[in-house]
Amino acid sequence: MRITVKVNGAERSADVEPRLLLVHFLREGLALTGTHVGCDTSGCGACTVLLDGVPIKSCTYLAVQADGREVETVEGLLDGATLHPIQEAFKQEHGLQCGFCTPGMMLTAKALLASNPKPTEEDVRWAISGNVCRCTGYMNIVRAVQAAAAAQSGSQT
Amino acid sequence: MSETQTPIHGLGHSPRRKEDDRFIRGKGTYVDDVQLPGMLHMAILRSPLAHARISSIDTSQALALDGVVAVVTGRDLAAHNLAWMPTLSADTQAVLALDKVVFQGQEVAAVIAETPYTAHDALELIDVDYDPLPPVIDPHRALEPDAPLIREDKPDQTSNHIFHWSQGDKEATDRAFAEADRVVSLDTFYPRCHPSPLETCGCVADVNPATGKATIWMTSQAPHAHRTLFALVAGLPEQNIRIISPDIGGGFGNKVPIYPGYVVATAASLLIGRPVKWVEDRTENLISTGFARDYHMSGEMALSADGKILGLRSKVIADHGAFNAAAQPSKFPAGLFHIFTGSYDVPAAYCEVDGAYTNKAPGGIAYRCSFRVTEASYLIERMVQKAATELGMDPADLRKRNFIQPEQFPYRSAVGWVYDSGEYQRALDLALEKLGYQELRREQKEKWERGELMGIGIASFTEVVGAGHGAEFDIAGIRMFDSAELRVHPTGKAILKLGVKSQGQGHETTFAQIVASELGIPASDITVVEGDTDNTPYGLGTYASRSTPVGGAATAMIARRLREKATKIAAHLLEASEDDIQFEEGRFFVRGAPDRAKTIQDVAFAAYTDLPEGMEAGLEGVHYYDPPNMTFPFGTYCVVVDLDKGTGEWKTRKMVAVDDCGVRINPMIVEGQIHGGLAEGFGIAAMELITFDEEGNCIGSNFTDYLLPTAWETPQFETFATVTPSPHHPIGAKGVGESATVGSPAAYVNAVLDALAPLGITNIDMPVTSDKVWAAMREKGFV
Amino acid sequence: MYPPRFDYLAPRSVEEALDVLAERGDDAKVLAGGQSLIPLLKLRFAAPEVLVDINRVPGLGTLSEENGWLRIGPLVRHRDAERSTLLRERYPTMAEAAPQISDPLVRNLGTICGSLAHADPSGDWGAVMIALGAELLARSRRGERAIAARELFTGPFTTTLEPDELVTGVRVPMRERTGGSYLKLERKVGDFATAAVAVRLTLGHDGRVAEAGIGLTAVGPTNLAATAAEDALRGAEPGDAAFREAGELAAQAASPGSDLRGTADYKRNVIRVFTERGLRNAAAMATNQGGA
Repeated sequence: MRITVKVNGAERSADVEPRLLLVHFLREGLALTGTHVGCDTSGCGACTVLLDGVPIKSCTYLAVQADGREVETVEGLLDGATLHPIQEAFKQEHGLQCGFCTPGMMLTAKALLASNPKPTEEDVRWAISGNVCRCTGYMNIVRAVQAAAAAQSGSQT
Repeated sequence: MSETQTPIHGLGHSPRRKEDDRFIRGKGTYVDDVQLPGMLHMAILRSPLAHARISSIDTSQALALDGVVAVVTGRDLAAHNLAWMPTLSADTQAVLALDKVVFQGQEVAAVIAETPYTAHDALELIDVDYDPLPPVIDPHRALEPDAPLIREDKPDQTSNHIFHWSQGDKEATDRAFAEADRVVSLDTFYPRCHPSPLETCGCVADVNPATGKATIWMTSQAPHAHRTLFALVAGLPEQNIRIISPDIGGGFGNKVPIYPGYVVATAASLLIGRPVKWVEDRTENLISTGFARDYHMSGEMALSADGKILGLRSKVIADHGAFNAAAQPSKFPAGLFHIFTGSYDVPAAYCEVDGAYTNKAPGGIAYRCSFRVTEASYLIERMVQKAATELGMDPADLRKRNFIQPEQFPYRSAVGWVYDSGEYQRALDLALEKLGYQELRREQKEKWERGELMGIGIASFTEVVGAGHGAEFDIAGIRMFDSAELRVHPTGKAILKLGVKSQGQGHETTFAQIVASELGIPASDITVVEGDTDNTPYGLGTYASRSTPVGGAATAMIARRLREKATKIAAHLLEASEDDIQFEEGRFFVRGAPDRAKTIQDVAFAAYTDLPEGMEAGLEGVHYYDPPNMTFPFGTYCVVVDLDKGTGEWKTRKMVAVDDCGVRINPMIVEGQIHGGLAEGFGIAAMELITFDEEGNCIGSNFTDYLLPTAWETPQFETFATVTPSPHHPIGAKGVGESATVGSPAAYVNAVLDALAPLGITNIDMPVTSDKVWAAMREKGFV
Repeated sequence: MYPPRFDYLAPRSVEEALDVLAERGDDAKVLAGGQSLIPLLKLRFAAPEVLVDINRVPGLGTLSEENGWLRIGPLVRHRDAERSTLLRERYPTMAEAAPQISDPLVRNLGTICGSLAHADPSGDWGAVMIALGAELLARSRRGERAIAARELFTGPFTTTLEPDELVTGVRVPMRERTGGSYLKLERKVGDFATAAVAVRLTLGHDGRVAEAGIGLTAVGPTNLAATAAEDALRGAEPGDAAFREAGELAAQAASPGSDLRGTADYKRNVIRVFTERGLRNAAAMATNQGGA
């Protein structure tokens, strides 16, 4: 099947089997390896991408379903060479260690801040409860998301 | 004279991590990100049964599938002497099963195909005929004389008993028990759990027929040791093997063993002449790779009437699964379990461990265990809790009564450890103060009067890390030194190459800080390289919290050696005597004339352009460090929980962690390690479990059954530090990566049991799930 | 991790979808959220010949009241329910259940109707719809019918739906003086329930219980209705005594299995405790405002 997906703002077309998972289309088809695979029962969130701005598990979504839709991956967070405030915050707050869950975490955070610009700690923990991390114990991830929120709302004044 | 404005960021600073730059951009290179031209994909067929003979394997239909290039069985490997491989515990493990399978999930055949989808389609077409055998699941049953024999492949193996090991003075300990006023005993099971890093294990094996070079990208915590083992096992010349351990998405000990998948992929690449990628899925990771713990422990503590510990003894049945592939130093079949006297001054102690084969996956040493220190620490801290309850003593007071005192260091324990330094009381006092201990005890009393349950748990752990002195510590014979190679460039920047290998611990940042503190070169001017065996000095890798104690020491030593040479060059540049040169923060100056100075950058340039007569050019060297002793990080963790009587659920209200890992290189990174360990400890205490039904079916082989805590369940942590340097370590540092998984499970469990103590409940094994709590309360008639 | 091969069709209308199901229903699976279906395919527990993706059919996202019913279209996602002020104000059982479904990422795609059609005995919406006395609407080329939630489930992952039928919605009766709750014990976010109770309590003008709905999750071969408990509550004075009795009866209605989540006794206990607590919550709500 021929599909056309807008990925990080650019239209990408390919011939794919219906059974091809979106995560594999991104990683192997488009060589965007920033989205990771961590499990096989849709239980970890490492594969999170934004589908029309909404965070979903790209391992539990077919590439063919994304035909005509917009997908944002971690590679899309950069603005030219400028880091997104979320990326900056994760670095400043030591919100990552091995980096494997980080792309998914940041995209989930981006969606959260779009609808809740001043999340409480509880809001953040709730929003990322579908994204597993083994390294950080979540403490600094929460700090990073709240720091990004502060930076984003600060820059709006 | 050139001045630098860039901050040096030596020890004690928290510069942000270099490695983050690629991770936050999604530009890490993990094994599954590696794409090579012509690369094939491998999938492994695994046994559905725990114990069975294989009567036939028919691969013809799989081979016929379009896109399948090869199907490999044990027979094919046997022709190249590769059907069996040695383990890190001097046992053998089947690469692909030949005549029988011995655990559910064991590797039976492999398909190599053009795409991973095709490879998995082909798996369904392989037809294996199994004749089931009775599975042996309980290690106690395994050790009974009439239990079915699991390892029929080993000619001298007549039972399922693997080893007996003991340490300590049995007579002295028995005497102490005979003379004691009280004996407190505890039977507890530390269940099988799994490190489950978010990235599973895998490799890309590229055996290039044109060059004869085998390049293997591999999820490896110990690339050099793996390279040597590959050379020995696969018969490939070691100079032609290059192992590249790229970015690793979490290790936690899961990526120390050599797994059959690596061997088969390499053999396949060799035979086919194309690169072969094998990346396991999560089920494979949980069902077949190195699990952790599975220790059935009985402990007894002899005490005087006023709470002084007089003796400690322990008997353990260790469930090793079907192959003994535990990854610990070869002279220690039960790892460092004999640290089980913990933080206490115990005059007499004795422990014995018996290892058993069962029809389960092989492993045992993993999940931030510091080589069985998790098990030992859990036992002693649970026993102290029980003793306090039985004696009617406050558990903090009982600990204080028995702590090794500061003046006793270096302290020789009853089983032969020499603890380097510690101030246990200080850590405990700080934890209790930050917790608000007395106030909480008052609240607990009030709540109990209303029939409400809350608990306070304490764990004051001491662990032993930094393996280790070569004469005692080796992995498969290779001594556990580690190395650092440092080269300073003419423009004053530097490159540091290490024998250890980070899987998220931030070595690119922290090890640069060590060099920065010794040489005054800004940490941001130092590139750190790890993981490529062609480009780094030989090391034993990163696990068991050894990187800072051993690799960090090597780094400090080589930096100091370069500083010695730099001093000579500076003396030459300053036209002064070497003895008159002082060094401070990257500047060499003449004593008494601080403006007659040269920077390290000046000296570096001179090392290539203006040298003393007869001196070799360059400013570089390599140091292999043999640690004189282990290091003993310690701390106290306190947990406050509230129980829901209706459902048995417990919630952590507060958690205070005081850690002492000696000198802290990067406090931000240390804190991150503690957070991660406290969360994993919470997972182990509350929900993580691999178990088996009577047929040997593994329950816990996917994330539906193997529960990892999310941000919602995971408590908040308040972290604090004391600093008691290690006297023998060049920068006074100890390891820290595993302190929190070592110390915290007992803190959580002690908290829940503290809440239940008035009901007379003395033990609940982990994971302490709500149904177990409720069942214990129901049994006592409380609900 | 890798699904087997299948054909894929993305109809643009309900009619088109019904045509496909009429022809290939026996070998087809409808794809709405896919959060239950795609994992089954990845684990190769299911191998349909064709997937019928209804996400391109317009107008299936209705979540609104009309003619005495709350109407829920087949593409209403758990997340839509979670964010709905209408549900929060007037359908508290649903509002409390929605955020507890799986995890936030799954909720962004998974659908209420898909969940009901999937009929996992540990599914949450089944218990909720039983408690609310809801009806599932199913269409095929042969016509349209309404199936009461309490009659929908016949066994684990089995419903009375025919292979050629498409679920076109769920409808919940609009009610006044009604409160509700959904209490779920799960070991972690994303785990299936150990046990859960959906409660709906409707009070009469006299302040007594006019009608009660109690649905149970994960304690039987399907979602269950605790009918004895519901009957005992009818006409009762809302209060501790009635709720305690209802809790006992609900626990007896449960037939849980013993597994790693707990023994059957434990799960029955959770049903008892959650029924009581849920009724207390629902009664407070119903007295305060007239929701459903």
